[in-house]
Amino acid sequence: MTGSAPATLDAARFEYLLRLADNGLVLAQRLGEWVGKGPVLEEDIASTNVGLDLLGQARLWLAYAGEVEAAGGSPLRGEDDLAYFRDSADFRNLLLVEQPNGNYADTIARQFLFDQWHVLLLGQLTLSRDERIAGIAAKAVKEVRYHVERSADWVVRLGDGTATSHARMQAAIDAVWMYTGEMFSVDATERVLIDAGIAADTSALQPTWQSSVQSVLDEATIVIPADPFMQGTRSRGGKQGVHTEHLARMLAEMQVLPRSYPDARW
Amino acid sequence: MSEWPLWEVFIRSQHGLAHKHVGSLHAADAEMAIKNARDVYTRRNEGISIWVARSADIHASSPGDRAALFEPANDKVYRHPTFFPMPDEVKHI
Repeated sequence: MTGSAPATLDAARFEYLLRLADNGLVLAQRLGEWVGKGPVLEEDIASTNVGLDLLGQARLWLAYAGEVEAAGGSPLRGEDDLAYFRDSADFRNLLLVEQPNGNYADTIARQFLFDQWHVLLLGQLTLSRDERIAGIAAKAVKEVRYHVERSADWVVRLGDGTATSHARMQAAIDAVWMYTGEMFSVDATERVLIDAGIAADTSALQPTWQSSVQSVLDEATIVIPADPFMQGTRSRGGKQGVHTEHLARMLAEMQVLPRSYPDARW
Repeated sequence: MSEWPLWEVFIRSQHGLAHKHVGSLHAADAEMAIKNARDVYTRRNEGISIWVARSADIHASSPGDRAALFEPANDKVYRHPTFFPMPDEVKHI
């Protein structure tokens, strides 16, 4: 655990809410890139549904983040301000969710590893001493339980499918595995919130996550990479605003319209 | 993936008594068909239960047999419960 905690509990809470929000926002945008290009019509709709669930959750987190920030005396920033007018260094999502879509196995691998973590995180957050956080988590966890089933199902289908789908699924897990360590690294910001009963201690969730992931991968005949190197841990990752090159490009597309035409309306 | 078979989807709505045919979709197996049906046909809170059946397993009457199958019923009005009053309490007839 390194890095210094924000000066006040509410400053830490704001940071933490951005982390929760940006995971959903960024992954929703990535899934949105598949719209109209899914491998089959049914999958196109299903994957877009997941994206919309995540976007809905992100809106709730962002709205609360804006309120917490404004309570500290800053001007109020709404959901749209936070989504469209922050640069990549101000985003707090995990490195995992900003990775490009790749082929469908890549998209599924990213989703699977995230979903398995997300459902555990939200389960813990329903117990948060911050009632607003507990409430949003309780609503979101129901949606995410379905995401978990869907992505695990696809990992098994592709992993235990044809020689080609197996090879792609294995390569996909190999490619993103190094971004999973960040999910369980607790920095100073999270530590003060964990001690206050507000945030979830994700480091404690790692064994449960590992065993769920392992059992799905076993069924899928996929092996976990042997290399233990993890990207973005030790307080130098997406949660602290240190992103891969992919995020800025993604945001450029996501934010171009409101930045070019700030008063644009549907 | 065009080799995925076609499935017929039946949804029982919130207040419905029976599953109703709502459409069809492609899926590799029954489990996937139910998941896809959930995403394609129940996004707006339409249902509380889903049935799927392989389209190939549904056997239909032939349109050419219509006369033989259905017309003999036309002149047998005594088969309809119209010759006695129905109590108000009896529903769904």
